[in-house]
Amino acid sequence: MQPVWDWFRWLNQATGINLTIFYDAFDRTRFASGFWMTVKLSVICIVLSILIGILGAWAQGSRHRILRGAMHWYIQAFRNTPPLVQLYFFYFGLGSLITGVTGPLVTNVGWAIVSLSFFAGAFNVEIFRAGIEAVPRTTIEAAASLGFSRWQTYRQIVFPLAFRISLPALNNNLINLVKTTTLAYAIAVPEMLYVSSQIWSDELNVPVMMNVLLLCYFLLVGIVVWMMSRWERAVRVPGFGV
Amino acid sequence: MRIRSMLGMIAVALGVVAPGLANADAMADIKAKGVLIVGTKADYRPFGFLDPSGKVVGFEPDLAADIAKRLGVKLELVPVVAANRIQFLQQGKIDLMIATMSDTPERRKIVDIVEPNYYGSGTNVMAKKSAGVKSWEGLKGQKVCLIQGAFYNKELQEKYGVEGVAFPGTAEALTALRNGNCVGFAYDDTAIAGELQKPENGDYEMPLTSILVQPWGISVKQGEKAFADFVSKAVIDWHKTGQIVALEKKWGIKPTKFAEEMQAKYK
Repeated sequence: MQPVWDWFRWLNQATGINLTIFYDAFDRTRFASGFWMTVKLSVICIVLSILIGILGAWAQGSRHRILRGAMHWYIQAFRNTPPLVQLYFFYFGLGSLITGVTGPLVTNVGWAIVSLSFFAGAFNVEIFRAGIEAVPRTTIEAAASLGFSRWQTYRQIVFPLAFRISLPALNNNLINLVKTTTLAYAIAVPEMLYVSSQIWSDELNVPVMMNVLLLCYFLLVGIVVWMMSRWERAVRVPGFGV
Repeated sequence: MRIRSMLGMIAVALGVVAPGLANADAMADIKAKGVLIVGTKADYRPFGFLDPSGKVVGFEPDLAADIAKRLGVKLELVPVVAANRIQFLQQGKIDLMIATMSDTPERRKIVDIVEPNYYGSGTNVMAKKSAGVKSWEGLKGQKVCLIQGAFYNKELQEKYGVEGVAFPGTAEALTALRNGNCVGFAYDDTAIAGELQKPENGDYEMPLTSILVQPWGISVKQGEKAFADFVSKAVIDWHKTGQIVALEKKWGIKPTKFAEEMQAKYK
């Protein structure tokens, strides 16, 4: 790989395009670890937020008033406050209360995962609810008449149909989630924006790093979009459209 | 036409003012006025801060008072901040600036920085006493709170191998330190000294030897050679007589290597 790194060093000397993330070993390692952290954060939060969405949408239709009320307030709280404020609340507010003997129990990465998952999850609940409400009443009645329980109807009939209806809106929200991981920068989670800002304040190559960041996020979100649209096509039910 | 005539007027005005600037002898003016106006910090304990009665006191006001005494005039202190201190000096709002300013080549282009440097600050860590931080090497692989964009971040991570956790501002970094998110907070040693004087920080200490020392300079308006020379003699005298070291003790600042070395150099 050395010739490649040397080429980037030459590029800097010849053109002033200073890509230290290639030729400086220290910057290369930290940028790579930042990129990896963004990928990890995104994947974990996507999975958790979808789970929250599925369970939440089920809880919303529950017969228990308390469960429905709790769901309502969860959505209100997380949808009506900025995600950065939520991150600060979890890390500095709640984090100072939840401490063990040796130190805090949850790390900044942990709080970022919790906060971002709940934030995106709140939207997912509403997205799935919209999907569930679009499933024809008659289909549910047919399931009931065949002796399906409420949970069985939800799991085997309503949700699979609702999920297909929800997919386009879900894609939007998940793309937003990947982009929102940059906010974890504020609580020092070493994701891509954080390491980039460290690099540009050390190397003073702000415009170059800004372009690198833009390209990297374009690439990451592009991958998410590509996978989601493939999934959308794969689960399409012919004749069942919205 | 209008623009040209306006430019002409500006040129004439500059022509009238500029020689006045060049010929001014700050020292004579100060003696004639009977007052020396010095810009110091008023928000940087213990270097310059407000005492309960609202007076600006501290390490730097004491130095300013010494210069005034040497000139045989009264002292007037003007609080300045980093963002306006150079402008205040250039505009003549202050005669002299002693305001925790690092001596850099860029600044030397716009003001005259008095030789030698009167003080220096370095990078140190603020840590809980119970954390038992003993050496920079001992911080290897440990979480250390930082301020985003600070010049020492890279060196600490690359050379000393600390795991940096950088926050947007001091308040966030200090909160993270208190919550136990990092073993120490790497920051300017003089600012840490100020933090440690606050009663709520009784459990904290500054256990290491400062690194990356940056010298501080007293400055005068550009071109005031005679005044700069006068102040320079005073600074040498401070180092020689151990006044800087004594002031560190007076204001509860941990003795710095910089002050020690300067005293040895001019003895």
